[in-house]
Amino acid sequence: MSEPLRGVIVSHAGLAEAMIGAVVAITGVSDALIPVSNEGCDRQALFNNLTAAVGTRPAVLFIDLPGGSCLTGAVSYARGRSDLAVVTGVNLAMLLDFVFHRDVTPEAAATRAAAAGTRAIRTPAA
Amino acid sequence: MIKLFRIDDRLIHGQVVVGWGQPLNIAFIVLVDDGVRASPWEQDLYRMGVPPEIEVIFASIAEAAARLEIWDKDARAGIVLAPDVATLGALAENCHRVTRVNIGGIHHRPGRTERLRFVYLSDTEVDQLRRLAARGIEVTAQDVPTARAVPLTEFT
Repeated sequence: MSEPLRGVIVSHAGLAEAMIGAVVAITGVSDALIPVSNEGCDRQALFNNLTAAVGTRPAVLFIDLPGGSCLTGAVSYARGRSDLAVVTGVNLAMLLDFVFHRDVTPEAAATRAAAAGTRAIRTPAA
Repeated sequence: MIKLFRIDDRLIHGQVVVGWGQPLNIAFIVLVDDGVRASPWEQDLYRMGVPPEIEVIFASIAEAAARLEIWDKDARAGIVLAPDVATLGALAENCHRVTRVNIGGIHHRPGRTERLRFVYLSDTEVDQLRRLAARGIEVTAQDVPTARAVPLTEFT
């Protein structure tokens, strides 16, 4: 692939921006992720914001919840575009893995990110 | 019974399922939208955001008007959800069971002006809401249950 994939985090309120801040603080990679908030958006406004964020490049859309306006907006936007993939339940671990593994297809990156995010959910003894 | 008639252009989302659904102990949600009613893939999408114990019913305006009495007599608690003033207005025109309307979220579009942080209305929509109020329907704006229910007269 000519250009590394980008990730677009679609979240409620300021979560996406805060997560990107954490990713940059940990990795120093600042050009991999773009935030989109649903704050103040109806369905059309969110669609427009996604269009502005994603453009024509391939991307993985990371959604905060597996339901709700962020997911419905993102899936509606990605429908019919094979250069976009969607992952729900975004967490910091999956984003940290994603920013270093972006030279693959969106589908492969999404699958890998979902696995990394899932592995990070544990219940260690206190 | 129907516990809430809500206008929210985001349709099924966190404020509806969790914010209202939990305190009202909701068992079913009726989504009244002619477009979603005709789109199976959109229905699948909206179902994804709802726990399996909550039933989701997709209805056109005509279907909702015809079945509202049945839903209102249901022993379980439910929410009727419409995307815009016109849809809920049309429903209220055809059914006397709509006695209260909650405006939960109507966002900016060309022709609308801000009335509250989460409520943008065109003049036509204001007129429609005032007509509902004139018929004795209580119209308030309230995004989540812990917020104050703002009467229509305070934001139009």
